[in-house]
Amino acid sequence: MLAVEVSHIAKTFDDKVVVNDLSFSVARGEMFGLIGPNGAGKTTTIRMMMDIIKPDSGEVTILGEKLSEATKNKLGYLPEERGLYRKLGVLDSIIYLASLKGMDRRSAEEKANELLNQTGMLPHKGKKIEELSRGMGQIIQFIVGIIHDPELVVLDEPFAGLDPVNTELLKSMLAELRNQGKALVLSTHQMNEIEELCDRILMINHGCSVLYGNLAEIKSRYRSNSVLLEFEGELGEVAGVTGKRTHKGYTELMLDGKTTPQQVLAHLVSRGIVINRFEIATPPLNEIFLRVVGKAHE
Amino acid sequence: MNKTLLILRHEFRHTVKRRGFIVMTVIVPLIALLIIGAFQLVSGIARPTVEATTIGYVDELGGFQQYTSQGYIELVRFDTPDDATDALVRGDINEYFVIPSDYISTGVINRYTLEKQLAASPAITTAINNFLTSNLLAGKVPEATIARIEAPLNLVTTRLTETGAVAPEQGGYGNLIIPFVFGILLALSIIFSSTYLLQGLAEEKENRLIEILLSSVSARQLLTGKVLGIGAAGLVQVAVWVISAPLLLNLASSSIGGFISTIQLPADFIVLAVVYFILGYLLFSVISASIGAVSSNSREGQQLIGVFTIPLLIPLWFTSLLMFLPDNPVWVFFTIFPLSAPVEVIMRLGVADIPVWQLVASIAVLVLSIIGILFLTIRIFRTYLLMYGKRPGIGEVLRCLRSG
Repeated sequence: MLAVEVSHIAKTFDDKVVVNDLSFSVARGEMFGLIGPNGAGKTTTIRMMMDIIKPDSGEVTILGEKLSEATKNKLGYLPEERGLYRKLGVLDSIIYLASLKGMDRRSAEEKANELLNQTGMLPHKGKKIEELSRGMGQIIQFIVGIIHDPELVVLDEPFAGLDPVNTELLKSMLAELRNQGKALVLSTHQMNEIEELCDRILMINHGCSVLYGNLAEIKSRYRSNSVLLEFEGELGEVAGVTGKRTHKGYTELMLDGKTTPQQVLAHLVSRGIVINRFEIATPPLNEIFLRVVGKAHE
Repeated sequence: MNKTLLILRHEFRHTVKRRGFIVMTVIVPLIALLIIGAFQLVSGIARPTVEATTIGYVDELGGFQQYTSQGYIELVRFDTPDDATDALVRGDINEYFVIPSDYISTGVINRYTLEKQLAASPAITTAINNFLTSNLLAGKVPEATIARIEAPLNLVTTRLTETGAVAPEQGGYGNLIIPFVFGILLALSIIFSSTYLLQGLAEEKENRLIEILLSSVSARQLLTGKVLGIGAAGLVQVAVWVISAPLLLNLASSSIGGFISTIQLPADFIVLAVVYFILGYLLFSVISASIGAVSSNSREGQQLIGVFTIPLLIPLWFTSLLMFLPDNPVWVFFTIFPLSAPVEVIMRLGVADIPVWQLVASIAVLVLSIIGILFLTIRIFRTYLLMYGKRPGIGEVLRCLRSG
């Protein structure tokens, strides 16, 4: 059973098409990236998934059924712009919102303490939300999103506003959730941020799908047929290499299309060149996006 | 636990812990206490100023010798106006009057005083009046009759029920005070409670908490829980006031006395006050919720809700008209019109009886309005709660109602 199945959803606000015929699915145990520039329709798509707004057309199936009271309890959500009851205490906020997900008070408190401890927020549990920093509030919201052990977690721009330490913490917690078999949907406009995390992606622009599928596959499809090389000594002429570009600390070798990277490597090794790094160049998501969107404009 | 109940409990706790709520609940009985205390203080200072007054008179007609002691006012006879003037200037008397020889035909009495004043004080007028009447009638009618002629009417009204028994509720000015005060309190309580609801919604909308809530519960559960939770808090407030009222009245009647001691708080008044608080609050809360959904921030929402609170307050503006024209058909309109009904009914109860059919009609219209607006609110709630920063036009709302 798929965690999320979205088929042909569309939404129009004030004659402006925000989401246009979007279809995708997310499997359990998968980290799925919903990426695109600002205003591409990511948040609207997520809100339709969460049953916060209704799509004009199309269907959303969550955990095998249409979203209902019971399925809402198996769902965790971190909205894009974040806030909590400013005057309420940290622990009370977490327990109240967890209880709305069907948790009883005792187990909510137990789990809250555990998660607060894990995120290093335990010393702040007696504070009011308004006394916390922005990043701390975001951690609390993340806890709220996962405390009830949801089967599907949807995070809208989860890393925005976090410092590097907390970003790493969040990434490791997300990886742990995936290993537990949860389905995760991450939405972000900072495409490179989730490159290392996601198994599959949906890239959207102006409400339309522009790229969809396995991230590694997509990257190899948009590979620029070059290798990145860090070496010691003199490179000289290499067979099958049509051009060289020198970057800071490494050199990019353009291949002629008939030669494979393996042949180039074998050639270099046979010449006794000391190689510190040899990497098949894959373009970052940013670049792929620009190429795809650029093509669409042509 | 049911999610609606969870929201209800959360909103109730959140509201009763608010500083504004606690202040409102406690301050009303406190102000009443303060007024009673101030009254005692003022009356304690005021009494000693009632000191003996001496009035001189010159009897040119003759026969005015008796009854010179009228309460704390003493009358002293002078032979000529000049003697009286000397005494007045010396300060022996406070003022004097002359009974001219043609008094019987003209009724004119000339009064002389050093004070600059508009007219003689009622106490002095009454004293002179009684002095003249008593002397004119002396010897002609019995003593007891003189007293009756001076004060012929001491009206004691008793209201009977249809069976002829003495009615438990007796009416009178004293009984207007409580409904009037309660009308104000009811209006305040309804306005405050619906403002809390509006602020709460606006806060959740501004900080996007609404998205987390709606991904956990349905819009219907959220609205129901909020409306009932804040309403329960408002009811606690009204209950505190209702319970403290008899205690305060006891205190007041023992110190102020007079007509306050005639005030009664009949059971059906309390029941109607609670019923109309609940209905009035529900009506205003569903209106607040729909306004909260369409307005972009709490300030804008409060301006909009202001339009709806005007009819609620109208009965308070027309209190004096209601007192003198209690049977005017316009009150029937305000009794049945849902926005003004809560306050109007409570105030009319103090002035006159409200026919049962009017109460039934008023409650029925209120209940129907609440259901109708609730239905519309749930429809626009979802659509507009998530449209941040931009308030939809009226046409757009209507379009949404038709399609949503």
